[in-house]
Amino acid sequence: MAIKGAIVIDVERCKGCGVCVSVCPKQVIALSKNVNVKGYNYAEMVNEDCIGCASCGMVCPDGVITVYKAKL
Amino acid sequence: MFNEEIVKPENLVYKKTDVLTDVVMHYCPGCPHGTIHRIIAEVIDEMGIQDKAIGIAPVGCSVLAYNYFNVDFVEAAHGRAPALASAIQRLHPNHHTFTYQGDGDLAAIGTAETIHACNRGENIIIFFVNNAIYGMTGGQMAPTTLVGMPSATTPYGRRVDLNGWPLQITELVAQLPGTYYVTRQSASTAADVRKAKAAVRKAFENQAAKKGTQFIEFVSTCNSGWKMTPVQANEWMRQNMFPKYVLGDIKLEGEIVRPYNPEDSKVIRDLVSVK
Repeated sequence: MAIKGAIVIDVERCKGCGVCVSVCPKQVIALSKNVNVKGYNYAEMVNEDCIGCASCGMVCPDGVITVYKAKL
Repeated sequence: MFNEEIVKPENLVYKKTDVLTDVVMHYCPGCPHGTIHRIIAEVIDEMGIQDKAIGIAPVGCSVLAYNYFNVDFVEAAHGRAPALASAIQRLHPNHHTFTYQGDGDLAAIGTAETIHACNRGENIIIFFVNNAIYGMTGGQMAPTTLVGMPSATTPYGRRVDLNGWPLQITELVAQLPGTYYVTRQSASTAADVRKAKAAVRKAFENQAAKKGTQFIEFVSTCNSGWKMTPVQANEWMRQNMFPKYVLGDIKLEGEIVRPYNPEDSKVIRDLVSVK
């Protein structure tokens, strides 16, 4: 039984500051090549290694990250 | 990438608290104000005091904080937030009045209000966000700017002979008998956020027990004013701000637990001998 996490990012509120990218212990988050409606390169999940530690959610200045965790 | 097996309401670990509104904050990308707002809002949410919390917004970048907190808010004149909070807390002794101030507001124009409110031991919480610069007006030197740190008005770095020493107002108010809990926190990593949240919770609990003034400083960044990316600014803060503004409790339950930073006196001696 493995613990798997997932994050959901509110893309339109994200300002692409990259603080979540720097604190993620599993390098799950990266800034997208695409931009949102304000022109920011928003954060997105790039692999399935998320452990649901919620570090990204805690440091996100705009509170755009929602974190889920489940035992699969 | 979207995993439908994990993203279910029962698996929720972390989401933005409802004590913050859904208004998009006007702060620059990566500004720690948003994180600090959320720390305070989460504590208000967990303690269930949303209807009893009254915030005082300062002048500075956080002047629009009343748009983001889903609690009662009052806007103070520049630096006068502790005076306003004193009055509100005296009129509503069972409410939770807190001020949210930057270093230009609290440590420059509002020094008198801050020191006298702390000295009177008003039962308020002062949240002090120290980014060592006047962020809103374009990065001018603040009282808390570090020696040698460049700013818009000190482009070659702050000079002691011209601009004086950085003001450590948190150590200063810890000396006053009215303060009960004085601490310095940060919000750049998840560990720091957890510690800061515990400190904020303690301050609200002390206030409920009517213990006196609670003073929490957040060492913070201003990536726009410092001309760095948010991640570089956090790293710069860890390397340059933390040796001067040492994190941790300074006064606990009315007793000073860290009297003076010995490194400071060393730095002062070195600079005086250079001059």
